[in-house]
Amino acid sequence: MRVADRHLITEHIPRLRRYARSLVGDRYVAEDLVQDTLERAWNKFYLWRPGSDLRAWLFTIMHNVFVNEARRRRYEIEQPMEEVPSVPVRGAQSEQLELRDVDRALRSLPVDQREVLLLVAVEQLTYEEVSNALGIPIGTVMSRLSRGRERLRQLLAGRSLMSLKVVK
Amino acid sequence: MEADLHAYVDGAVTEDARVEIETWLASHPEDADRVRAYTEQNAMLRALHSHMLDEPVPAALLATRSVGWWRYAAAAGIFAIGLGSGWLTRGMVIVPQIVSPSLARQAAIAHAVYAPEVRHPVEVGGNEEEHLVRWLSKRLGTELKAPRLTPLGYELVGGRLLSGSQGPVAQFMYQDGRGQRLTLYVSRQRGEPRDTAFRFSQEDRVSVFYWVDGNFGYALSGEMRREQLLKVADVVYKQLNP
Repeated sequence: MRVADRHLITEHIPRLRRYARSLVGDRYVAEDLVQDTLERAWNKFYLWRPGSDLRAWLFTIMHNVFVNEARRRRYEIEQPMEEVPSVPVRGAQSEQLELRDVDRALRSLPVDQREVLLLVAVEQLTYEEVSNALGIPIGTVMSRLSRGRERLRQLLAGRSLMSLKVVK
Repeated sequence: MEADLHAYVDGAVTEDARVEIETWLASHPEDADRVRAYTEQNAMLRALHSHMLDEPVPAALLATRSVGWWRYAAAAGIFAIGLGSGWLTRGMVIVPQIVSPSLARQAAIAHAVYAPEVRHPVEVGGNEEEHLVRWLSKRLGTELKAPRLTPLGYELVGGRLLSGSQGPVAQFMYQDGRGQRLTLYVSRQRGEPRDTAFRFSQEDRVSVFYWVDGNFGYALSGEMRREQLLKVADVVYKQLNP
């Protein structure tokens, strides 16, 4: 590929890194996922249609890499628990919600719900873009989003954003 | 309705639908609670790991095992430019060969032609800076800026309009107390707009730092050592990208 094309991709690396980190949790596993995604993107760049949304295309690749590698158990994916666990916070009396509680709650969502939720809430892809990126019908996007949000709400129930200390 | 509530949370509804949903929520407190919770989730999830957007991209991610171009770049010392000067931030990376090398070459040639000129180094002098900038901006079809380099000891001599392979080119010339001259070359670039690749090139005796910002290429040239020119390029870059 032309190096100019490579530059197009490098602009998206910060977002890919954040998404991977939110998706898999572990810093080093996330970095591996980004690296594998970039290599694949660079090798398959001729498949990208100029003018189409490069960011959505990169998320598609990351999803495919993630699913394939997860099958080979390279990325450790925490299995969702059968029961909805309560999210532990420091000190039983503490009602304060911190980002690591959010992170932990997110991690206990099934991975397919987590993907949809992150692409919609964080990356702000449209439902249609998510449907294309993940290769699932839009109805499935909506049902995963709905279940993911509701589950997260239960996990974080009783704690409010008002007390959230957003670490900048 | 379920899908509508999510679309409402994600700001993906029309104005009419928004009013309709808000009317619904006013009389359905359970749905209203959910909508509030989901909106908070969006905010929390966006805050989570958001600091990563401001982190420099790890160099390892710019390497590819298959191509290995990064190792060549590292071996060639290209990364040394940015690592020491803090330019490797906010997703801005130094990538070799992004800009057509002709930008550096054309800028260096223009520098070599006009910098030694004693009587007519510029068409419009620095004493008419406002007129100069307006004129060149009009010809290039963009709003240009002549960086202020006075704190570094360089005064604006003036500028001129040149002809480049992509149409009109602006050249600003600066000079220090010892007569050392620098030129800033600004030209339209072919193809899609893109940003901030930063490169160094040595064209005979002329050192050139050059980069692309949107549709325009910028090249700062001078007959001086790279480190010396880098200090000026740093200031120029920051003034043009505040």
